[in-house]
Amino acid sequence: MPMISLNVNGRRHTLDLDPQTPLLYVLSDDLELKGPKFGCGMAQCGSCTVIADGKAIRSCSTPVGTVANAQITTLEGLGTPEKPHPIQQAFIEEQAAQCGFCLSGVVLTAKAYLDQNPKANETQIRQAMSGVLCRCFTHTRMVRAIMKYAQGRNA
Amino acid sequence: MNPLNLTPDASEALDREGFSRRHFLKGSGALIVGFSITSVAGRIGLETALAAQGAPAAAQPNPGQLDSWLAIGADGIVTAYTGKCELGQGLTTVQMQLVAEELSVPMQRVRLIQCDTSITPNQGTTSGAQSHQANFNKAGLAQAGATARQALLRLGSERLGVPAAQLIARDGAISVSGDASRRVTYAELVGGRTFQMLIDASAPRKHPKEWTVMGQPVARVDIPSLVTAQAEFVHNVRVPGMLHGRPVRPPAVGATLQGVDESSIAGMPGVVKVVTQKNYVGVVAEKPWQAIQAAARLKVSWSAGTGLPNNAQYYDYMRKQPSRDTLVVDSGDVDAKLKSAAEVVRATYMYPFQMHGSIGSSCAVADVQNDKTTVWAASQNVYALRGSTATLLGVAPDTVRVVFTRGSGCYGINGADAATFDAALMSKVVGKPVRVQLSRKDEMAWENYGLAFVVDQQVGLDAQGNIIAWDYEGWSASRGGRPGARPGNVASGFHMGFEPAPFQPLRPAPAPTEFVGDNNTAPSYVAGRVGDKQGGAGTVASERVLSHRIEAPFFNGPLRAPEQLQNTFAHESFMDEIAARVKADPVAYRLKHLSDPRLIDVVRSAAKTSAWETRPSPKPGNRRTGVASGHGFACVARDGGNGWVAMSADVDVNQDNGQVVVRRLTIAADAGPISNPNGIRNQLEGAALHGISRSLAEEVTWDDQKVTSFDWQTYRTLTLGSVMPAMQIVLMDRPDAAATGAGETSITAVAAAIGNAIFDATGVRLRQVPFTPERVKAALAARRT
Ligand code: FES
Ligand code: FES
Repeated sequence: MPMISLNVNGRRHTLDLDPQTPLLYVLSDDLELKGPKFGCGMAQCGSCTVIADGKAIRSCSTPVGTVANAQITTLEGLGTPEKPHPIQQAFIEEQAAQCGFCLSGVVLTAKAYLDQNPKANETQIRQAMSGVLCRCFTHTRMVRAIMKYAQGRNA
Repeated sequence: MNPLNLTPDASEALDREGFSRRHFLKGSGALIVGFSITSVAGRIGLETALAAQGAPAAAQPNPGQLDSWLAIGADGIVTAYTGKCELGQGLTTVQMQLVAEELSVPMQRVRLIQCDTSITPNQGTTSGAQSHQANFNKAGLAQAGATARQALLRLGSERLGVPAAQLIARDGAISVSGDASRRVTYAELVGGRTFQMLIDASAPRKHPKEWTVMGQPVARVDIPSLVTAQAEFVHNVRVPGMLHGRPVRPPAVGATLQGVDESSIAGMPGVVKVVTQKNYVGVVAEKPWQAIQAAARLKVSWSAGTGLPNNAQYYDYMRKQPSRDTLVVDSGDVDAKLKSAAEVVRATYMYPFQMHGSIGSSCAVADVQNDKTTVWAASQNVYALRGSTATLLGVAPDTVRVVFTRGSGCYGINGADAATFDAALMSKVVGKPVRVQLSRKDEMAWENYGLAFVVDQQVGLDAQGNIIAWDYEGWSASRGGRPGARPGNVASGFHMGFEPAPFQPLRPAPAPTEFVGDNNTAPSYVAGRVGDKQGGAGTVASERVLSHRIEAPFFNGPLRAPEQLQNTFAHESFMDEIAARVKADPVAYRLKHLSDPRLIDVVRSAAKTSAWETRPSPKPGNRRTGVASGHGFACVARDGGNGWVAMSADVDVNQDNGQVVVRRLTIAADAGPISNPNGIRNQLEGAALHGISRSLAEEVTWDDQKVTSFDWQTYRTLTLGSVMPAMQIVLMDRPDAAATGAGETSITAVAAAIGNAIFDATGVRLRQVPFTPERVKAALAARRT
């Protein structure tokens, strides 16, 4: 099998892998990262989301070979409990989680979208989030947290 | 102190995370842990500490002993053991608040260990919004805390030579009232030792008026670690030597295994074993992606399924099946009263099978060895799962240890137990630890759905439009359930050859011996008189409530507000229909037929807060095209008295495309004393939105062989992009009342409130959930003719 090199959260990993393997399994099993999670495996829910070269992608449906040269960021790559990223800080302040399983999809989709569309309004943000699921229905607080982050980054 | 013999794995993991032995060598006798056990290192450390302290791996803590609940370390850290687990609802935080409050220690000094069959007291299932009662009234964790505080005061009194009445417990120390310099810390009194005493049922709890930590909107302790992905889920559990299993479920309900052609996957990388038992097939491989690919490629032959009843006609089918009947109440005069009534109103309501639909498909890790089995599972009941896993494996329960590890939100019995059986069987066969995470399809096509209901209602009215008789007859379909002792109550165990709990028809229903408010089978408006006791929340004295349980084709089990939601939809929609029939305001009409003061209070409060417009429905003057708006009301005493809620909903109905949007929800809720207003609000909001999704979109579907709703395209749910209502929540504070459930009240009333608002907006009554655009459009079209 070919060697594949991946840039994840600022670290470079070289792995011996079938390039067709979905990125999610590489991140969660080979690299033992906890951020991206298997929810559906069919690009329907968002739980496996990571940011690759600034774009939110669904790692469950992305062959690892296609992101070999990308800069990949997972939820744990954004910040830590001691030093959370501003969007994570907004989620903490708004208490915007219940079980927390969906957070990679919610936080990273919103972040990637706002990085590219800093002036987006709430309707546009909702539109961007329309493929992301939270089955605990923390929607109200999550949207509040995202809006808070959006306003903060424009301030 | 016992010497510690750490395994190399444990040492390495602990070193990596910067733990040293002193973190868990503080105790003697009681297990005392000075660190969080949510990390891998923590888990190994805990296990090592258990062994080092001589606790047998499968010990069962005695809930009558204080030491089973609380331990105070030499460093003053309080470790609490609870049998109620974190399902995403903030129970960790509020239980820590409880311990901090009862013991008078700062929250930062409290550690909480949840649901591990070897070290936490058996508190049954974490479900049904029961945890608040179990641990926050005069029992469980609260009483343990009260007992410990009293013991510390007594010990402090001996040490300081001052009567206990002159002492106060504060900040982890006992001091003399008025002379803070005379104090002794808990650590000095009992640090690192056990209490060796029984729980004292009469130890006084703190009154809510004295609370400083409870009752506060304390932020959830786990959110920072969740939002930065530091928290460990069962999905992240990795144990040395672990393999990955993938079940191959049958293609149809009732299909039996005819044969497996193992040569079809010969040579595939990483494949370790094909596991079969009865109608069960699974593939074990070194890596998850290898197991998934091999399971997909494996040639398995199956018989045809046993066939399923027609989906479209299922509600009629339910009425014709053998049933197990229950009479909740029967005053004996209902038929006569209906006959003499000025008017009789009738309606039928339908509620579909719905699924838990956890966002993460279920996952478990099992390590089955000859004499010892360890399971990591996100089960709501680790104690029962220990028994059913032992049955499945054919081993003694005391050789099995089940460790709760958080999962994705479950809302009832999702696939957590089923995945545990998958992992356990495969681990047993290969002799190595096996992790299983179900596919999305296997999760959704085979989980234990919430029950389908069809309900016939009729009431008799007097000449003034008052209800004088209420007659409920309902049919519900169910099979299997929580595993309890039976692995066959869920799909994986059933496929492995275990039978579900047998269905036993019973007709006619025996006469009721007491009024049972559970499941809200009886409406809130009946008196609920059985013998000389009145158990209902209402005034209607002529009452008959008869339910028929039939056997469902699918597995079922509790789903958030189980049965309460289905019944409340039927009751609260019907109440609205009756009010409209007699041209009464729906809130005033409800109040006229209620007697339960707490229910009356929430009804008044929700009406006031929402500035309810008093008038009959439908709303006068609405146009019959375009967007029409309206309001709807519903209320419920959940389970007859485990949480009270009233709700008004404002909706917009797009009469051209059938879309319903909920614009505003006003909720008044009463769950007894408020343990954490932030937590309860998060729960009421989340459950209400969950209710909107279930009311508008969610429905299990099937064809003549199999379930056809098995992913997020075929089972719809509201997304983060959906417009969500503005929510206003009023919490009734009842410091003198007992704690009741909070996580399920708001969802119970949502479907009816929305349906009633649709009626108010359009004059069209929807009697079948979900209110999909197609159903709304069809109903509107029927109105026009
Ligand atoms: S797991 Fe990738 S989108 Fe659901
Ligand atoms: S917080 Fe549980 S799925 Fe979003």
